[in-house]
Amino acid sequence: MAIIAGELLIPSENAMSVDLATVKRVARLARLAVSEEEANRMVGELNGIIDFVEQLSEVDVTGIEPMTSVTPMEMRKRQDAVTDGDKADDIVANAPETDRNFFLVPKVVE
Amino acid sequence: MTELTSLTIAEARDKLTSKAITAVELTEAYLGAIDAANATINAYITVTPDKARAMAKASDERIASGKAGALEGIPLGIKDLFATEGVHTQACSHILDGFQPKYESTVTQNLWDDGAVMLGKLNMDEFAMGSSNETSYYGPVINPWKAEGSNQQLVPGGSSGGSAAAVAAHLCAGATATDTGGSIRQPAAFTGTVGIKPTYGRCSRWGTVAFASSLDQAGPIARDVRDAAILLKSMASVDAKDTTSVDLPIPDYEAALGQSVKGMKIGIPKEYRVDGMPEDIEKLWQKGIAYLKDAGAEIVDITLPHTKYALPAYYIVAPAEASSNLARYDGVRYGLRVDGKDIADMYEKTRAAGFGTEVKRRIMIGTYVLSAGYYDAYYLQAQKVRTLIKRDFELAFHAGVDAILTPATPSSAFGIADEALAADPVAMYLNDIFTVTVNMAGLPGVAVPAGLDAKGLPLGLQLIGKPFEEETLFRTAHVIEQAAGKFTPAKWW
Repeated sequence: MAIIAGELLIPSENAMSVDLATVKRVARLARLAVSEEEANRMVGELNGIIDFVEQLSEVDVTGIEPMTSVTPMEMRKRQDAVTDGDKADDIVANAPETDRNFFLVPKVVE
Repeated sequence: MTELTSLTIAEARDKLTSKAITAVELTEAYLGAIDAANATINAYITVTPDKARAMAKASDERIASGKAGALEGIPLGIKDLFATEGVHTQACSHILDGFQPKYESTVTQNLWDDGAVMLGKLNMDEFAMGSSNETSYYGPVINPWKAEGSNQQLVPGGSSGGSAAAVAAHLCAGATATDTGGSIRQPAAFTGTVGIKPTYGRCSRWGTVAFASSLDQAGPIARDVRDAAILLKSMASVDAKDTTSVDLPIPDYEAALGQSVKGMKIGIPKEYRVDGMPEDIEKLWQKGIAYLKDAGAEIVDITLPHTKYALPAYYIVAPAEASSNLARYDGVRYGLRVDGKDIADMYEKTRAAGFGTEVKRRIMIGTYVLSAGYYDAYYLQAQKVRTLIKRDFELAFHAGVDAILTPATPSSAFGIADEALAADPVAMYLNDIFTVTVNMAGLPGVAVPAGLDAKGLPLGLQLIGKPFEEETLFRTAHVIEQAAGKFTPAKWW
């Protein structure tokens, strides 16, 4: 397997690279708290993956439509009518904190 | 009398119908087997004995009154990705701690409607992200197979590692699984079991925890081709609750078994012969070709030129969809919450504590490739490459190929905690090199055991079919199974 990895893992020279600031910015966008140590480790790992996917840039996609659906069928639609509901208790049943069928979160508005 | 747990689904069905055994006896036999083995194999993360006994009792009553369903009294294991009402459903993640849905997934409901019995929930890679079952919050699953003369513990593959191990170790008659990039077929190949990923849209995704919605598809892992056919018929349905569920009748897959493959055209794609592929894999492939040729099929060389781009495209599309799907785990509506100084801090701390390393890695990749300035370079490019991958297959099928034969995996099962794989995420991703193309094109693919390698470990072949032609796959896989035989691990646990 490692040999197969070697064949595919030739890093492309024009690969965009991810630095520590980018990792921290992306973690913030993804709402993931990361320690300094984790962020540093991710720099290497993410660059490894980005290098790997970079080979896609060599594919000529002129005139090719991006795939939006693997099945050529049209999406089924139904009547715009209420078919479900009245389940407030069920909906909040698994929530960590609730009060009278409301989800509780830390104060957002001062 | 043979051990009840050694019966295939087809055999158990016959014995239940003729009242030679009862559903309660069969269920008790499996509960006993799980009790004896699970501490070692770790295939189940929750066993539901009370529910299983009640369902088995109801099955016996239905059999007595002549109202037996297609899977009446058959004890099954359910991957933790499927929502099961009132029962542990966590995708083997810490972030869904304590989650017990108030609803049932369509796939599992279909099985219960046909009379199947639930034994419990099966271990898996966290959110189905992994190829070794080692990313589970509940610890790794141990493969029931061991190399000859070795005591090393091996992985069962992933992400449906619990499903594959439970089937191989006879801890259930069959199991549900899901496949986003190879998660049914790779573990099936590693455990000597049969796994089919049906065409995208064949099984409803409703109530299945989402990983990458345009790739996720449910399917069975079973002991043989017939059992896989029986299970898929029950799992598949046309479902108004899933807009990508396809409105096509579900054929009797079992009826396809035993039909001749004479005159069928089997494509052999040259791009699947990768450098450094173990000799055992090449030999297995040649054996499969010989089996089908002997059965009267015509073997043709084909080319699928964009094959090498499938895995990199997958590692853009799948993480992008995952980062979006997993945004819902925020500590508000279900599962884990870690308090913070404000709401954003609460989100960040909850997600940091709740997601494992591999899941975080994929969320990061997905967020990065979708972020401003990178969308066109990565995501859009990957979706265009996906169109080309699908076109490769369409051209082959258009030229008259009925099915495509490839190896299922580039190796047999590897060791638990493999250091080289742990150090290089991409090396682990390469496990899916032969399976991921099928998800990218939405096609059906089946992994069928075809032999053992020099170490005595099972290896599988993959057959890829045209959309919604699962019958062709069952028919062809059955021919390989008839020629190669079946493979069961020697019991050591």
